[in-house]
Amino acid sequence: MTLPPKYRILLIGGSAGSMAVLVTLLNHFPSPFPIPVVIIMHRLKNVVSELDKLLSVQQVIREPEDKEPLLPGKIYLAPQNYHLLIEEDATFSLDYSELVNFSRPAIDLSFAGAAAVFGAQVAGILLSGANNDGAAGLSRIIAAGGTGIVQDPATAEFDVMPQAAIDANPGVQAMSVEEIIHFISNISTENKS
Amino acid sequence: MIEGISNSDFTELVKIIQQRYGYDFTDYAVASLKRRFVRFMAYKHIDSIFELKHRLLNETHFFQEMVQYITVNVTEMFRDPSFYKALREQVLPRLASYPNIKIWHAGCASGEEVYSMAILLEEAGLMDRCRIYATDMNAANLKKAEEGRVTLKEMKDYTYNYIQSGGIHDFSGYYTAHGDHVIIQPELKRNIIFFQHNLVTDQVFNEFQLICCRNVFIYFNKTLQERVVKLFYESLTSLGYLALGLKESLLYNEERVKFEPVNAANKIFRRKT
Repeated sequence: MTLPPKYRILLIGGSAGSMAVLVTLLNHFPSPFPIPVVIIMHRLKNVVSELDKLLSVQQVIREPEDKEPLLPGKIYLAPQNYHLLIEEDATFSLDYSELVNFSRPAIDLSFAGAAAVFGAQVAGILLSGANNDGAAGLSRIIAAGGTGIVQDPATAEFDVMPQAAIDANPGVQAMSVEEIIHFISNISTENKS
Repeated sequence: MIEGISNSDFTELVKIIQQRYGYDFTDYAVASLKRRFVRFMAYKHIDSIFELKHRLLNETHFFQEMVQYITVNVTEMFRDPSFYKALREQVLPRLASYPNIKIWHAGCASGEEVYSMAILLEEAGLMDRCRIYATDMNAANLKKAEEGRVTLKEMKDYTYNYIQSGGIHDFSGYYTAHGDHVIIQPELKRNIIFFQHNLVTDQVFNEFQLICCRNVFIYFNKTLQERVVKLFYESLTSLGYLALGLKESLLYNEERVKFEPVNAANKIFRRKT
């Protein structure tokens, strides 16, 4: 008998000051990774952006299209100027509605969407940032039984975002970047066993 | 405030709306529509699905407000400048060969993309041979679109987008400022017709050389996308163009074999025959 995997999806959200941390995490990403990874970064709109290519150093990172299935081992980046939602059949759906927390993509919406679909099998990580996007989304992940992690505010270039998530959720775990790297590599080994 | 809607409540709400008001949301993308329902409930301070259903069944004007609120009406002028650049360079020169050019903006919301197109056509010297049919399911949107009112604070972004799209004129020449908003120059409207059309339930009404339907499909599920692509295919002339949003795809659509990409990155397709 095999136990069901602990996680079915990993989401990482970040804003101001999170790019360097994200690159570090990606450089340490176990490959192949057993579950889909979704990255939501606050970013400019209506510019020709190569963020997906910039991040694709170790492995290819792609901006999903509407209705694209979430596949294990793939790393997805929320496209600029859309909210990134997840449907129950584990496909992406995009949304071009009002800004949430002054942001589109909003981390809250992707986090909450994943919690609604994957329940307890969600891990959400929130990095440095200067507003409170992500706090409500992490609450939903934790309420559904999933794991909510923030970058330790003391180590974040901008502590507002991780601190807001801690203040909103007693269940959030604050971790250093090294600990986050360790957590991610554990997902890889645990899900395999 | 409620945080989510169960699938059974959701199905029932959609059924009530369809049976009582004739708007069919059955094949909308669920994640987004559920969120719209929840958002509307928060806005109206409704904290139970029971109350929402009760008011839907008993108050007609309540539904009118709801439909306005749950449909997404966000739009921008020259959103994705690279798309407009591709239109200028690859599509408009081809359209120029037709004596009469017919363009359909399906799901035009408050009209910002329609006016962006009108500016391109004016600059290409094609406006007087053109007719733009701008449709939306939402009457309130169309009224806004016809007025050509845009918030002033957005104009800085739009001017930037316009320049990125290859615009070389003075963008402020296309509108006049009135306090906190601007009015698009009425001459730009001279060949635009606004009217109500619902992609879910309505049929082919004309034949076009170009159909723009950007960021509308994302609110539909695969079944409905399938239906609408068929409708577009039948509404296009042979070799007519279809433009979708940058992250919208024909990849998951059976009809894709009938189209070929003209500019894949900017999601411009062409009817094959």
